[in-house]
Amino acid sequence: MIQLKEVVKSFGALPVLRGVNLVLTAGRVTAIVGPNAAGKSTLIRCILGLVRPTGGTITLADGRDVRLPASRASLGYMPQQPSFPDNLTGHEVLAMLDALRPDVVPDSTLLERFQIAEQLHKPVRTLSGGTRQKLSAVIAFRYRPSLLILDEPTAGLDPLAASVFKSAIVAARDAGATILLTTHVVAELSVLADDIAFLMDGVIPFAGPIGELLRETEAASLDEALVTLMQAPSASIPAATLQAVAVPRVRLQRGLHQ
Amino acid sequence: MTAIATGPVGRLELSWIIAVHQSRDVLRKRWVIAYAVGLIVAGDLMLRLAGSGPSVLVSLLNVVLLLIPLIALILGAASLYGASEFTELLLAQPIPRRSLFIGLYCGLTVPLATATALGLTLPFLFERALDATTVPTLAMLVVVSVMLVCVFTSLAFLVTISIRDRARGLGVAIMGWLGVAVLYDGLVLALASAFRDWPIERGMLAAMLLNPIDLARTILLIRLDAAALMGYTGALFRAAFGTTSGVALAALALCVWVAVPWWLSARAFDRRDF
Repeated sequence: MIQLKEVVKSFGALPVLRGVNLVLTAGRVTAIVGPNAAGKSTLIRCILGLVRPTGGTITLADGRDVRLPASRASLGYMPQQPSFPDNLTGHEVLAMLDALRPDVVPDSTLLERFQIAEQLHKPVRTLSGGTRQKLSAVIAFRYRPSLLILDEPTAGLDPLAASVFKSAIVAARDAGATILLTTHVVAELSVLADDIAFLMDGVIPFAGPIGELLRETEAASLDEALVTLMQAPSASIPAATLQAVAVPRVRLQRGLHQ
Repeated sequence: MTAIATGPVGRLELSWIIAVHQSRDVLRKRWVIAYAVGLIVAGDLMLRLAGSGPSVLVSLLNVVLLLIPLIALILGAASLYGASEFTELLLAQPIPRRSLFIGLYCGLTVPLATATALGLTLPFLFERALDATTVPTLAMLVVVSVMLVCVFTSLAFLVTISIRDRARGLGVAIMGWLGVAVLYDGLVLALASAFRDWPIERGMLAAMLLNPIDLARTILLIRLDAAALMGYTGALFRAAFGTTSGVALAALALCVWVAVPWWLSARAFDRRDF
């Protein structure tokens, strides 16, 4: 589990996150969705420790700050655009990351499942974009993380790799991992996500199971529900409601859907 | 939990892991190989044409003073900008930021310093031009060149950490190189000429301390006793401090130039939002 309380982040005078409250539950896949420039990347970067929040806390179930280096031992991360040192081979990249976690036995079956074992002796610069994406996926799952953060994970993966990837997510979830992902592919949300955290204008007006979102918005489909959320005027989300929320499920504010 | 992430020794181990792999990547970069080969070819040609060690060292010094800042600052910054996404992936690993910074810094600086040392030394070995006069001066040239690599890779880190936009950062790096390697001495000379009726010696000495390239040049030319090539500030420096203490003071100032940008860039790396 991971808990975000009143997370605020401003870049200079520009507020990006304006008090995010969210609990990510172990054994569930939570998708952060929202319009462009809603603050999704900033929120993910805050959780990863790449960006320091201006205010608020981000803690693990045992109360430890998630951004401490030791906390990141149980973290798997797949960035939107994978990038590795051009002149290292895939094996060398994996060897470096393995060495940073000497007491973890890496999951070596992933190389076969993603079918990249034979590509790993080549320098990264010669690998295709799809193969780099597979390598990135392997790295995310390799150390059996209990917290997985996946940023637009299936972009660039071929259908077979995407299928393997989705089964890896399901397996990790079933093993009790807390999984956070972003995607703009609604079909993926329906298949992979248990919960939706809707981020808009730096706050989360709704977080909860997909079924609950459909009920609250009275929408027939997830597509329609997300459009309803995106079209709701941000002024109809009072900050007081958001500040009061420090619970796993943030209810859609009454009157938000029209 | 990663056992080695605790305690200073564990942190150094983490830095070592990063540095080894980064060095491997940097040593395979075409521009690093071209830089080392270029130095070897230039040194070899100079030895064949000039025929004697000390005069070649003076010629090499001029090449080194232009080339090292160019390679370490501009190509170093370009390389760091290119690796920024992988740096973010590393920041998501169980490694403290300072350990990562040390690893990345060593991973860029050590290969460049190695290429520089080999590029300067190998021609003398190939041409069997090492004698009792040449060896100490060549050794000093190598040491000072390595220090310049350290200074300018620190500055490359400072630029890339402070300026997020790659084009703007590289523009600053190029202007910085032009400033310290080309324009600075001209500016100092112009000021000296404009204020020639004033007692400006102390100001000129201070001006020299503010430019690591001037410091490197002064250290080596005092060592070579090539007063005619020292330039205005270098000649003043020798007159003010003499040979031995002058070299010591310039070397100390160069050490400060290594330490301060390193500390500033390490601090900026610790605090930066990625």
